[in-house]
Amino acid sequence: MSLRITLATAARVLAQLRHDPRTIVMMLAVPSLLISLLWWVYDGGRLFDVVGPALLAIFPFLVMFLVTSIATLRERTSGTLERLLAMPTGKLDFLLGYAVAFGSVALVQAGATAAVAVGLLDMQTAGPAWILVVVAVFDALLGVALGLFVSAFASTEFQVVQFMPALILPQFLLCGLLVPRDELPDVLGAVSDVLPLSYAVDAMRDVQAATDPAVAGDVLVVVGFSVALLALGAATLRRRTP
Amino acid sequence: MNLSAGRSPGDTSRAADAAVRARGLRVVRGARTVLDDFDLDVRQGTLTGLLGPSGSGKSTLMRAIVGVQRVAGGAVDVLGRPAGAKVLRDRVGYVTQEPAVYGDLTIRQNLRYFARVLGAPRSDVDRVIDQVQLGSHADHLVSRLSGGQRSRVSLATALLGTPELIVLDEPTVGLDPVLRVELWGLFHRIVEAGATLLVSSHVMDEAERCERLVLLREGSLLADDTLPNLLERTGTGDAEQAFLKLIEQADNGMRTP
Repeated sequence: MSLRITLATAARVLAQLRHDPRTIVMMLAVPSLLISLLWWVYDGGRLFDVVGPALLAIFPFLVMFLVTSIATLRERTSGTLERLLAMPTGKLDFLLGYAVAFGSVALVQAGATAAVAVGLLDMQTAGPAWILVVVAVFDALLGVALGLFVSAFASTEFQVVQFMPALILPQFLLCGLLVPRDELPDVLGAVSDVLPLSYAVDAMRDVQAATDPAVAGDVLVVVGFSVALLALGAATLRRRTP
Repeated sequence: MNLSAGRSPGDTSRAADAAVRARGLRVVRGARTVLDDFDLDVRQGTLTGLLGPSGSGKSTLMRAIVGVQRVAGGAVDVLGRPAGAKVLRDRVGYVTQEPAVYGDLTIRQNLRYFARVLGAPRSDVDRVIDQVQLGSHADHLVSRLSGGQRSRVSLATALLGTPELIVLDEPTVGLDPVLRVELWGLFHRIVEAGATLLVSSHVMDEAERCERLVLLREGSLLADDTLPNLLERTGTGDAEQAFLKLIEQADNGMRTP
């Protein structure tokens, strides 16, 4: 593993993004617009305070999953991944480069969304709002890790986009946003317990409800899933191919 | 230097001056055996042309030399090390047939990134842009370039740093004749500077620009010689005729053992 190559890769991914201002605007503005829409839907009522933080967990996960899975699929199909691996690039350099790049985008994205939710829409959280941003960045990294892994199982962008409803929507349905997790049917509750997004939403909920939120445990689970997915992703990066 | 020395079984070319040395190489892709019991020697400091019709195994052989091809048997040594070894990764340049560069970056951004990956000096970026004559487009997005320009960006990437072996898969496809001549001039200058070049082509007239020719057909070695020797052996006037003659001889040889 080489810090030079990791940072060069992160800088390169960000440079690619800079050439695509429309995507940048969408990544940064859409979550803020959606959370404003949600505020309007609930007419600024108490339910907004409950659902808002959960959405802050879901946006970065979803957006970074999509962006990463398509970006790495392109690397796999365009030959640039093969070229990088034939050069001194380590698999970890490649994976961490993406994680650093999209993790920093997520930081800006979550910061903007939280600022809109708390500052403009007066979302009430018992705990400090900055923890929302920290948790959101870890959720983004989870999305990056899942996207890197999943891109190995798609050969076209059509296929990779289908992983969104297949892998993200069930997590969305079971993460406690629609029905609290402890009120789910037993089987679904158990499934919900092994899905990473559940822990991401739990952490956000905690910030919303507790003045001194204990998010470390939930965040650790999210980090654990991310590391495991990155390891699986590394196994799909092959220097020699058939 | 005796370039015309033919290869013979048990060829004892020393590993030290072999840029590439393949023995019994066997590559299976899907249900097809692309290369079988394949031997090859490429001496350091030579410009070798790898010629043969499409589907003859040129790209697969190049991939095996670079170390990105899964190999079913045999061995390939590059610069005295097993192909794909870690120490070779900044000593071997490789250009695939399809340009492998980032369309959403400028030429300069692409090369700057690959230079950093290779640990090559920053000044290399301008050098290689000049070498492939893309100076006037350096800050253009690669996706806006023509196909030929894009493949020159890919070529420039392989010239970063100081590669000792450069493997180029059909680098002149889609280029106009003037550029082709200029690129072959560049290839010769690179070899004069001490590197080894292995260039594949399915255009036979490019054979005349190579010191040594390796002719492939259906995954087996048809000939490995200099052009003058090939012409003499086959009694033909150009590389294409010689190639056809060799195929004919090989086929006859098969029918009447």
